Amino acid sequence: MTNHWIDIKNSDCILIMGSNAAENHPISFKYVQMAQEKGAKLISVDPRFTRTSSKADIYTALRSGTDIAFLGGMIKYILDKKLYNKEYVANYTNAPFIVGKAFKFRNGLFSGYEAKNRKYDKSKWAFDMDSKGVPKMDRSLKNSRCVLKLLKKHFSRYNTKLVSEITGTPESDLVKVYKTYAATGAMGKAGTVMYAMGWTQHTVGVQNIRTMAMIQLLLGNMGVAGGGVNALRGESNVQGSTDHCLLWHIWPGYLKTPRASNVSLAAYNKKWTPKSNDPLSANWWQNYPKYSVSLLKSFFGENATKANDFGYDWLPKVDDGTDYSWLTLFDEMYKGTIKGFFAWGMNPACSGANSNKTRKAMENLDWMVNVNLFDNETGSFWKGPGMNPSTIKTEVFMLPACVSVEKEGSITNSGRWMQWRYQGPKPLGNSLSDGHIIMQLGHKIKEVYKEGGVFPEPILNLKWDYETNGEYDAHKVAKEINGYFTRDVKVKGKLCKKGTLVPSFAWLQADGSTSSANWLYCHSYTEKGNMSARRSKVDAPNNIGLYPNFAWCWPVNRRIIYNRASVDPKGQPWDKKDWVIRFAGNVENGKYVSKKWIGDVPDGGWYPLENPDGTKRKDAKHPFIMRKHGHGQIFGPGRADGPFPEHYEPLECPIEKNLMNKQRMNPTAPVYGTDADAYLTCDPRFPFVSTTYRVSEHWQTGLMTRPQPWLLELQPQVFVEMSEELGKLRGFKNGERVIVSSARGTLECTAIVTKRFKPFKIAGNTVHQVGIPWHYGWRWPESGAEESANLLTPSTGDPNTRIPETKAFMVNVTKK
Amino acid sequence: MSKSFLIDTTRCTACRGCQVACKQWHDLPAEKTINRGTYENPADLSFNTYKLVRMREEVINRKLNWLFFPEQCRHCIEATCLETAGDPEAIYRDDKTGAIIFANTKRLNADEITEIIESCPYNIPRKGPDGTLAKCDMCIDRVVNGLVPACVATCPTGAMNFGDRNEILALAGKQLAVAKKKYPKAMLIDADDVSVIYLVAYEPKLYCDDAMASNAVFDITRQMALKQMIRPLTNIASRLL
Repeated sequence: MTNHWIDIKNSDCILIMGSNAAENHPISFKYVQMAQEKGAKLISVDPRFTRTSSKADIYTALRSGTDIAFLGGMIKYILDKKLYNKEYVANYTNAPFIVGKAFKFRNGLFSGYEAKNRKYDKSKWAFDMDSKGVPKMDRSLKNSRCVLKLLKKHFSRYNTKLVSEITGTPESDLVKVYKTYAATGAMGKAGTVMYAMGWTQHTVGVQNIRTMAMIQLLLGNMGVAGGGVNALRGESNVQGSTDHCLLWHIWPGYLKTPRASNVSLAAYNKKWTPKSNDPLSANWWQNYPKYSVSLLKSFFGENATKANDFGYDWLPKVDDGTDYSWLTLFDEMYKGTIKGFFAWGMNPACSGANSNKTRKAMENLDWMVNVNLFDNETGSFWKGPGMNPSTIKTEVFMLPACVSVEKEGSITNSGRWMQWRYQGPKPLGNSLSDGHIIMQLGHKIKEVYKEGGVFPEPILNLKWDYETNGEYDAHKVAKEINGYFTRDVKVKGKLCKKGTLVPSFAWLQADGSTSSANWLYCHSYTEKGNMSARRSKVDAPNNIGLYPNFAWCWPVNRRIIYNRASVDPKGQPWDKKDWVIRFAGNVENGKYVSKKWIGDVPDGGWYPLENPDGTKRKDAKHPFIMRKHGHGQIFGPGRADGPFPEHYEPLECPIEKNLMNKQRMNPTAPVYGTDADAYLTCDPRFPFVSTTYRVSEHWQTGLMTRPQPWLLELQPQVFVEMSEELGKLRGFKNGERVIVSSARGTLECTAIVTKRFKPFKIAGNTVHQVGIPWHYGWRWPESGAEESANLLTPSTGDPNTRIPETKAFMVNVTKK
Repeated sequence: MSKSFLIDTTRCTACRGCQVACKQWHDLPAEKTINRGTYENPADLSFNTYKLVRMREEVINRKLNWLFFPEQCRHCIEATCLETAGDPEAIYRDDKTGAIIFANTKRLNADEITEIIESCPYNIPRKGPDGTLAKCDMCIDRVVNGLVPACVATCPTGAMNFGDRNEILALAGKQLAVAKKKYPKAMLIDADDVSVIYLVAYEPKLYCDDAMASNAVFDITRQMALKQMIRPLTNIASRLL
């Protein structure tokens, strides 16, 4: 979330699309309803009518996988009716940037497409630069090659008639949603979006979110209270785990995993440190080497020295142009190249797309270590449905982990709040916390490497001292994450003693004098104490629910990021009532003469862009400080699949042609080629669109909820929801067991025949859609009859993230 | 001051936290259920299920609604079950809270049990295998110790509210005014007669068969009328003892 949970209450219009907050984030509805009580409109857009929809002022449906068409229509509506916030767009976004002549869009392809590799040469999308190397801009937004003009041209095709034919949403509903949401472009109004996996799990997942981010920029909704782009995380600490590099392509704090071509620390830092020639661009990532070196110091401590590149050579590099994502890992495991596997707090046998492939892949392992609270479908895959235990050689080790409440530590929630939690009961039996298990594992591996090994340096040089009296100590890890001064050093004119905690990331250095295991969290545990353990319920002076001394929030306790965009160029808030920050420096002769911001922690404490008399300042910075050029990116030349979003059909869809352009599916989406990767699109054997989702009563693969009798009582069986029309067509009775099948597998479900699903009219044809929750697995309930919906889902995904496309695929439903 | 609930269904998202919290606090076993083509489960209140969120799909003014109704005992101000039993050791009204408590229904014979079940205008009491009755007890053990009922404590949206009756009546009036802006037909159900007041947006019967008292004026069964006639005598008798 750019904003945070409580901030939803400040919104004037809440769009819930690609998520089902009432069911899957029930507590968020407290804030949604607070906003509604103050007059905010709630819009729910979902293929089926949900518990969220039941509380919405406006509900409408769209066919799964057509969000870009739906939102692209909104962009056209906003531009046609000039409802965008012109001052914001002209000053804070890259709408005025001039795009080079090499950028083109034709037949559904952007310039630079290389069909052989299914990749783009992104250099074709570059901005025109002036003689100083700063992007050329036309703040009047009139130049025909400026981003706003190109945007208008790109989305001119997205008229409501065509959008309706693609999405199946009635035109009148489209206009109702567009009009209501676009009203937040007015000065002082804020609109917010709550999204989740309904947007991400597509071959166009990243571009779904980009489309919305662009709308938020056009309407001036970024950085303001009640605005932002808000990802609702599906697990209490998934934000924290992402921040600390859960994903293969990043190091902690969103630093890059080094490529093989980054042959030295200098080459690595040079490659990933952006350069801006604009003196008004903060270009915050210019500090990259300070963060990467401090991270290496935290890994290797005293062993990391300038002479050995701080141990850079000891860390693994990934091959250029390859990927190591979930889908690829299991593809390689299926092909037999991966022999050992830790399944840590995960249940891939049920959670991964194309579960039959995933389960089969595990047969090729020599060993698997399953770290979890309970045995699950993954640890017991070898005795699952269709498996022959006598022919499976994989040795499975089960390490029992304790429950979250049995250990001390922090979680970071969707709103980026790091919250310390004390230990409740002691771990049950011989179960241990993850920290204990990792520490012991590290010690054992070090012991083994002491006897020799092919490449022992990374292991032997690893700093591994996060214990007190032989026990794992969460505080030591939290302090390491924050970082220390590694020697007496003078920073900002102040002597900092060796071994003391770094006050914030502004103090980190690239010379080895500081450590920090995650620069974004530098400020969370300082000499003042554990900031995340704070519990003050006193609000900030703006009274918008920031509660700055409750827990701690990255970065540097800033509760609403990009908040420099919530003020006009003179530093005064667009929204006088629910303001986030305001500049309160002294004024002399129409000029600011002292620096002072009040409210939230500002996104950098520089002067505003303009003085009260309207003169420009040279010591100011553009508000989007994490972007190289300091502007919000309406044109995003860094994405794998294009600088503007474009509607492509899902890998499996019900229509033969994309009505928007000549490419049926995302031309850069990864496609896997094993015999388990079957895809069938527009095939009469699989005529119905399907999607997967969650219910309030279960969690993730259901490992913690399916064995819970009270929850199983509420949702005892996997079900498939369908319209009354489809029920009638196929003769299904409500509550009867049916078989859902796709090109990859079959699943027995209970049919819920409901008014909450309606058939779509797509390009003149009736298209039916169904939906299935994915929480089940054969291990529990005891019947073994309730299986995972991922047996049906395809192993393809987004080209940027490789998140699988489990939200739109084709199935059939038949009588049992 | 007696206690009351306000259950504002316009705020209920049917997360069913209340339903689980009720089972957890009372340590009631889960029922073996199947999916019956609806999310609603178990199928009905029972000896082991005091609270059940009803979920109804209703088209009203050509618009689909999903109506949620966390059904439970209303703790009537003049409780017919209590009157019908006529035995304060079996069923009594806790004077402090107004909770109607099934204390020891073993004392009642099978006919009396049937009669009590039939007397309830909201179809709440349920008979167990041992012939006794069970229903919501207002979490009286929590309430006398200064806590709110488990269902109220767990509610994330403010649908479940609990407090002194005058405060709840004031809140009900306030919430009704808010609801009426969006739902002109919004109403409070039987507010004068019950300690558990529901705020609904539409006609009560759309939510749940027994949302409203089976007779708007509390009907008096023949047996109850008889008991009421002889009550002065029993009262005198108990005083004499």
